[in-house]
Amino acid sequence: MNEPARTLDPTQKLHFYQKGTFTVGNRLVSEQERAVQASIDRSNALTCGHRACQGCGEALGARYAIDAAMRETNGQLIAVNATGCLEVFTTPYPETSWQTPWLHSLFGNAAAVAAGVAAAMRVKGRRDVRVIAQGGDGGTTDIGFGCLSGMFERNDDVLYICYDNEAYMNTGVQRSSATPPAARTATTPAMGPEPGNVFGTGKSVPKIAVAHGIPYVATATVADLHDLERKVVKAMRIHGARYIHIHVPCPLGWGSASNDTIRLARLAVECGLFPVFEAEHGLVTGSRKIRRQVPVDDYLKPQKRFAHLFGSEQGNKRLAMVQAIADRNIVEYRLLDHDGDV
Amino acid sequence: MLKQIEGSRAMAEAIGLCRPEVICAYPITPQTHIVEGLGEMVRTGDIKNCEFINVESEFAALSVSIGASAAGARAYTATASQGLLFMAEAVYNASGLGLPIVMTLGNRAIGAPINIWNDHSDAMALCDAGWMQLFAETNQEAADLHIQAFRLAEELSMPVMVCVDGFILTHAVERIDIPTQADVDAYLPPYEPVQVLDPKDPISIGAMVGPDAFTEVRYLQHYKQTLALRLIPEYAAEFKARFGRDSGGLLRSYRVEDAELIVVAMGSVNGTIKDTIDEMRADGLPVGLVTLVAFRPFPTEALRAQLVRARDVVVIEKSLAVGMGGPLANNVDLALRNVAGAPHVHSVIAGLGGRPITCASLHRVLRRALVQPWEGAHFLDLNEEIVAKELHHVRKVRRSGPTAENLLRRLGQAAEQSAVLGASR
Amino acid sequence: MFQIRIHGRGGQGAVTAAEMLSVAAFLEGEHAQAFPSFGSERTGAPVVSFCRIDDKEIRRREPILEPDALIVQDPTLFKVVDVCQGLKANGYLLVNSNRSLADLHLAAVAARLPAGHALTVPASELALKHIGRPLPNAVLLGAFAALTGIVHLKSVVAAIRDTFPPKIAEANVAAATAAHDAIAQSPAAVA
Repeated sequence: MNEPARTLDPTQKLHFYQKGTFTVGNRLVSEQERAVQASIDRSNALTCGHRACQGCGEALGARYAIDAAMRETNGQLIAVNATGCLEVFTTPYPETSWQTPWLHSLFGNAAAVAAGVAAAMRVKGRRDVRVIAQGGDGGTTDIGFGCLSGMFERNDDVLYICYDNEAYMNTGVQRSSATPPAARTATTPAMGPEPGNVFGTGKSVPKIAVAHGIPYVATATVADLHDLERKVVKAMRIHGARYIHIHVPCPLGWGSASNDTIRLARLAVECGLFPVFEAEHGLVTGSRKIRRQVPVDDYLKPQKRFAHLFGSEQGNKRLAMVQAIADRNIVEYRLLDHDGDV
Repeated sequence: MLKQIEGSRAMAEAIGLCRPEVICAYPITPQTHIVEGLGEMVRTGDIKNCEFINVESEFAALSVSIGASAAGARAYTATASQGLLFMAEAVYNASGLGLPIVMTLGNRAIGAPINIWNDHSDAMALCDAGWMQLFAETNQEAADLHIQAFRLAEELSMPVMVCVDGFILTHAVERIDIPTQADVDAYLPPYEPVQVLDPKDPISIGAMVGPDAFTEVRYLQHYKQTLALRLIPEYAAEFKARFGRDSGGLLRSYRVEDAELIVVAMGSVNGTIKDTIDEMRADGLPVGLVTLVAFRPFPTEALRAQLVRARDVVVIEKSLAVGMGGPLANNVDLALRNVAGAPHVHSVIAGLGGRPITCASLHRVLRRALVQPWEGAHFLDLNEEIVAKELHHVRKVRRSGPTAENLLRRLGQAAEQSAVLGASR
Repeated sequence: MFQIRIHGRGGQGAVTAAEMLSVAAFLEGEHAQAFPSFGSERTGAPVVSFCRIDDKEIRRREPILEPDALIVQDPTLFKVVDVCQGLKANGYLLVNSNRSLADLHLAAVAARLPAGHALTVPASELALKHIGRPLPNAVLLGAFAALTGIVHLKSVVAAIRDTFPPKIAEANVAAATAAHDAIAQSPAAVA
């Protein structure tokens, strides 16, 4: 027996299972909710033609961050860049892909140089011009740490953005203090009794930034680009020292597929290894909740830098240690605490 | 206006008259009084429209200056010794980027062993980094050179170090004429950058340069310093016309006309040498002096012109290139290279780590140079006794202990006494 | 050229003394140069400062090895340092003490100098009386002016006022004047 064909009621409301995402695409999102990148009026401060690797998380994050800042400041923005991937692939001699004033000084001094630029703008009576300092994890958590802390301590009017791909990528994937435990890098090879990066090392610069009591600290991820833009805009509405730490997967350094960048960034959030939170003046004000917790294995497996953790008893032990770190983050930042903020 | 003030204070006032817009420095002996003076003047409004920034290291201090200068502000910093080394990467960065930052270098020895007293090792350590280096003989010149330095730096888009002997000049109180604001404004116009970070006209500064253009960038820096060879005397002449005194320039000569022996030196020791020369001349000894004010650019031709007439040249310097000898002597050799009948150059290493250079010691070494000059570097007032004892000790015992502490122990109480009175041995 | 060497201990103002003396000379139209011996600074450690005065530009910068005058702010230094080293045959010796030169074992030194060139002054006591603290540096300058005549008291007074805030300056001026007058009025205050 045949059923009559059903027709859809055009007024029927469609509910999408993945609430809160934009996976159906921007065309269904209201204008105000659209990303800056969706607009043809975006400044393209970091324009096309740069030499980043296919699937580079840093290029993605920088593009979103800087254009959001440009819109918020009406294009009155100066960027200071530390040595690193971003600096190298955006200025392949003799070209530059920056359409905003841009200064590269040294590896470890972006925060201080930016403070100097900000001071010059004040002196020249151009307080409308804002300054962003940016660097990778190497230039921020290690060699640039002294200058960063000094900038925080002075409450210089600079937004510092750290693009964290968890190693010194540009020089060949060497370990930094942002490299997670067990990760394979060129200087923490997957060899010996404890392959990969050593457990019990590393530092969280976002936490340290919070401890400085500066006006605004946030972590962000290329898995949630709207959230990233929102945070940059929020930061640009504040004066004083601000810090945004963006998790940016690196296919080359992580040994992951170039089309997995955003997926891996999302898994890092959903397993708890990369907490996404905001803080103001030393207090955490909110965190992005994990919608559907996944075990760390799901996040680590697609990355060759963790391959040595899989298929052995010792590997399993260390996987459990990584899981323990994720579990601790979940408790500390209340990532599963759904009666809090989103 | 004539004032009897500390050299550091005079420098601060002169720098203030230059209308700096961003002052950023990290404290280190012996520069502290200069920066403290500037900080006070910014607070009281004696220096207007200026940001005074306290930072966490010298590396940060010069980095802040780099950012400020690249953004179009007149930037100033000051350091010495260890601090200069701590900012070494930024020193090269500033000159490579062509930023007209002016820095006071309160010349001080570099450790180890740690030593807070005067010598020129810091200036020598980074003399080839692309900064111009001017050495002040007196506190009047120290003040004046800062005014000339801003003019020179901004004209050429190249940073300048004004070298001032730590303690000897920075902490001495003497009579100094502080210029008027009107005169300084007439001499030093506002900073007009050749490159600037400006949203109205975005540019990228600091890109990587590969093998195909790096040489040209460096060549142009070198070329700019040859232009400075002409500008430095020009600006000194202009300075004299406006302010009424000789200050700066490439070099100065004293009683060289019929000199058989000419001394070459930089910095404050020149005053003591002049007194010694007068006494020697009174004894009929044909000796003269060339005071080098500009060390970078090195005034090869001007120096050669002064020295060719002599039979012997004695270079007295407060620096030592370990394993080579006297770096200033080496530079002076350059001026006489391939010159037929050139005088012999003799090297004296003196005043290291703040050891006073006395008239008595200068008499001894210069009189010796007239009759029995030496080969290689001569260390003035070397305590041969404790050196011999240490060498003997080291030959006998493998675990001989730290050299510095051994020497100090041998000096014993005499060390404190000598340091207090500054008596030479 | 007249060369003065000042011996003291850290905290007694020997460095300021040399500076004030140079200011006093400057106010009289002289060239003057003042600088300390740059040792590690700590309270109580021996300190030496120098002052040169001349009617023309002073070029040399070596420490003063043959002083025309010695000002000794703390007589305990005689046991520790060769204070009198290099003192010129016709030089002056001014010592901060309420004891006589003989009691300080300086009679022989004084005898080698011209009559009236060596003197003790109870500067710490005068300072305590007028300033409330035993800081002898400005007081000794008043005595120095009377002893040597190299600078006038009124220049010393002006230099003191140039150096300290008003209340402290006036107290020091009173003490320095007292020391000056005591010597000027009775030059036989020699041990």
